[in-house]
Amino acid sequence: MQMPPADPAILEQRQSLIAALGDIVGLDHVLADETSMRTYESDGLSAYRQMPMLVVLPATTAEVSAVMRLCGERGVKLVPRGAGTSLSGGALPLADGVTLGLSRLNRILEIDYANRCAVVQPGVANLAVSEAVEAAGFYYAPDPSSQIVCSVGGNVAENSGGVHCLKYGLTTNNLLGIEMVMIDGEIVRFGGRQFDAPGYDMLGVVTGSEGMLGIITEVTVRLLPKPPVARALLAGFPSNESGGACVAEIIGNGIIPAGLEMMDRPAIHAAEDFCHAGYPLDAEAILICELDGPAVEVDALIEQVSELANACGATSLKVSTTEDERQKFWLGRKSAFPAAARIAPDYYVMDGTIPRRRLSEVLRRISEMSKEYDLPVANVFHAGDGNLHPLILYDANNPGELEKVEELGAKILTLCVEVGGVLTGEHGVGVEKRDLMPTMFTEDDIKQQQRVKCAFDPDHLLNPGKVFPTLHRCAELGQMHVHHGELPWPDIPRF
Amino acid sequence: MADTLQPRDQDDLLEAMTWAADKGSPLEIVGSGSKRSLGRTMQCSATLDLRAFAGIEEYEAAELVLTAGAATPLAEIEIALAEAGQMLAFEPMDTGALLGVEMSGTLGGLLACNLSGPRRIRAGAARDHFLGFSAVSGRAERFKAGGKVVKNVTGYDLCKLLAGSHGTLAALCEVSLKVLPRPEKTRTVLVFGLSEERAVEAMGAALSSSNEPSGAAFLPAKLAAHSGVDYVSGAGSSVTAMRVEGVDVSVDARCQALRELLGAFGETEELHSSRSLKFWREIRDVVPFAGDDRVVWRISVPPAAGGALARKLIDAQPCELFMDWGGGLLWVAMSTGGDGDDGGGAALHKAAAAAGGHASCVRASAALRGHIDVFQPMSPALDGLTRRLKDGFDPAGILNPGRMYAGI
Ligand SMILES: Cc1cc2nc3c(=O)[nH]c(=O)nc-3n(C[C@H](O)[C@H](O)[C@H](O)COP(=O)(O)OP(=O)(O)OC[C@H]3O[C@@H](n4cnc5c(N)ncnc54)[C@H](O)[C@@H]3O)c2cc1C
Repeated sequence: MQMPPADPAILEQRQSLIAALGDIVGLDHVLADETSMRTYESDGLSAYRQMPMLVVLPATTAEVSAVMRLCGERGVKLVPRGAGTSLSGGALPLADGVTLGLSRLNRILEIDYANRCAVVQPGVANLAVSEAVEAAGFYYAPDPSSQIVCSVGGNVAENSGGVHCLKYGLTTNNLLGIEMVMIDGEIVRFGGRQFDAPGYDMLGVVTGSEGMLGIITEVTVRLLPKPPVARALLAGFPSNESGGACVAEIIGNGIIPAGLEMMDRPAIHAAEDFCHAGYPLDAEAILICELDGPAVEVDALIEQVSELANACGATSLKVSTTEDERQKFWLGRKSAFPAAARIAPDYYVMDGTIPRRRLSEVLRRISEMSKEYDLPVANVFHAGDGNLHPLILYDANNPGELEKVEELGAKILTLCVEVGGVLTGEHGVGVEKRDLMPTMFTEDDIKQQQRVKCAFDPDHLLNPGKVFPTLHRCAELGQMHVHHGELPWPDIPRF
Repeated sequence: MADTLQPRDQDDLLEAMTWAADKGSPLEIVGSGSKRSLGRTMQCSATLDLRAFAGIEEYEAAELVLTAGAATPLAEIEIALAEAGQMLAFEPMDTGALLGVEMSGTLGGLLACNLSGPRRIRAGAARDHFLGFSAVSGRAERFKAGGKVVKNVTGYDLCKLLAGSHGTLAALCEVSLKVLPRPEKTRTVLVFGLSEERAVEAMGAALSSSNEPSGAAFLPAKLAAHSGVDYVSGAGSSVTAMRVEGVDVSVDARCQALRELLGAFGETEELHSSRSLKFWREIRDVVPFAGDDRVVWRISVPPAAGGALARKLIDAQPCELFMDWGGGLLWVAMSTGGDGDDGGGAALHKAAAAAGGHASCVRASAALRGHIDVFQPMSPALDGLTRRLKDGFDPAGILNPGRMYAGI
């Protein structure tokens, strides 16, 4: 993975930067020695590592602003970092960059029940928001599996999803406003506590921009009343085809479940060995379907889904009758990653989305590729929205194996694009899928996105080297080919 | 020279755009022209009519995705979706009644205006359902963004930027939207005789309960009296309405629960299927202000602030208003007129900002729209960013220039 080359002139400033940053946040919060910076060397994509030049940990918006103004003026690159759980290398440091950690901005500032929203700092953990409002009967819907640790700021930057996003949406659908600091230190607000904002949808475009447009220092999230009841159904199927057909049937019958997850045989076995969730080991695929809402609704729909599952040839079927049982159904799915970690020294998580109708074909081709590369692949699948997570199992200690894994991963994602899908459903492009962007986008498509980057960060100082395979100078991107009035009136029907 | 260019395909469109960019010739972008009177009055040298980009291209109900030409009539989309038991869950407004035109517009037009109806509080806005597009920018370049699947975070979310950009960034050619199943049943719980403030409290209580209202609106007595729904027009008082949709048994149960909850606020009643549908169409399409020529504003504020703001506006100036989005959206018709004034603009922008929101003018004469701030004025920082973004898509300033803000 090629990152922008380190600038020796910046590296030379290291000592003076330490002092200047220390003046802003206090020297205790500038990490400069190898031991304390080690934690920041990589994120959830641990295959990529890079020591940052420095780490700075501001505690307030004003400090973030002062740090950014300093770095902006000196031309020093900044890499924002939340909890460091990104699976695409979004928070991977730069050798000549300052990693700006938001862990000290960790307070819930206000819970506004009257407007059904909460105002939190970016370093607050995702789950902490739901926990803070639970007693009042509310929750924050987006629930990435990393929710115990991942930060709300990181969720906004990655536009994270979760198992409930089929019904409740991704992060972007659950935000009302943000406060953000621009690269020159200017503090701006997009949105508020109302349902829309005037002008261009800045909140929308910043969400999912992977820390490249500004640093988010405050987030206003929507709160939803907790559904009174949730029940889950666990069905085993004799093939991926029949499992996939059942998903299409459920949705085709007008049911949007709170969660609709599928796992294939290798994933079922890994999960079952790991946590004994009671998954049917003879099944080729299982579906976990969760319904939530008023009890009468959940009971009626779970009955209907059971019938559909049977009609699709389910070989086993269990419906949760207690909360414990429901949690147990989920346990296996939620521990799919650690389960994979137990059967192989390392695993690599992919994250493509496909049109669901192509599921069985895609799974078949993945299994062919898995044989060809001699690398086992287990699949967990947010089946409702077509978001596939193949887990490639490998051993990084075997020389050359990581490279093989990356190649297989790239082939899987390219396949997703080929069948009409996309490179990433929720984990982001980061550095990981950066060089695959041209499989989905033309050069002009990518340049148009880069012009958005230029409007926010004209010198490419914020998290450069992520998302875009080639860096273009903003001046070059802004140029337009003009004919100076030589063009005739176009030859198009006119009235 | 007010010519109309009617490109037949993307090549034509590219040619038209190249020409206009080269000449610096401003274009007014239209799908069917149903929303030409939204936004500031523009001076354009030609109209770019995108009607050729019409027709549903891909629609498979079980995938929850529909792809169509941007100029596909909304009516055509709605028929296709209804046949498959689905809908555009954000409930786009049909602007025809309010703007006094016989057209309900095109898909691209409603996305460009980010139109979202009463269900916005539960299902999100148009922008939340906009999955991907192909377009030609003011740089005369084809580009696309997003995808044709419901879950995607590949690259920046340019759909959000295009939604609500009023045609100032690019001419949309093809768009993909998320579609959802249509609810099996709809009912509405009415509470009679509440003040604006009490209504917002009642709607807040309903929205904070687990009964999942998919609409929460308030009509004052005078506007309720003109409703086409008998239970509403015959109320003789203000009407606060909460819609419940979904699976049959669930709707019954939630209606029951809501009536118990709202009984503390006032006398309640229920609207069943067709009455409920009709009522929410009136709210969605701002029917209470259709058929006259008063200046109409929409004010978006934090929902809990809606009641007090409504009271303040009514006390301060002769106007009529009603609320949607649980108090988060106020539709205001100004009773004073005259070209000399600003249609209430300055006062409403100020009041909306003080309540934490913003105001925009949705109906006014071309003359008025030519000199007032149709949209809430921006802070200097936001203004600068907006200009830089516009510059990245349309450096020559040829796409609907000035429709949102002067010089943008
Ligand atoms: C076990 C596991 C399970 C996971 N499950 C899911 C899942 O179900 N769904 C899902 O969507 N993701 C999942 N993820 C991925 C990851 O947790 C999410 O992307 C998460 O949102 C990242 O948050 P973070 O705080 O760790 O951000 P980081 O990893 O620290 O940063 C992520 C990106 O955001 C930027 N960033 C962080 N904070 C800010 C800020 N305040 N302002 C601007 N930019 C910022 C960074 O520069 C970086 O580009 C999982 C990860 C793990 C390890």
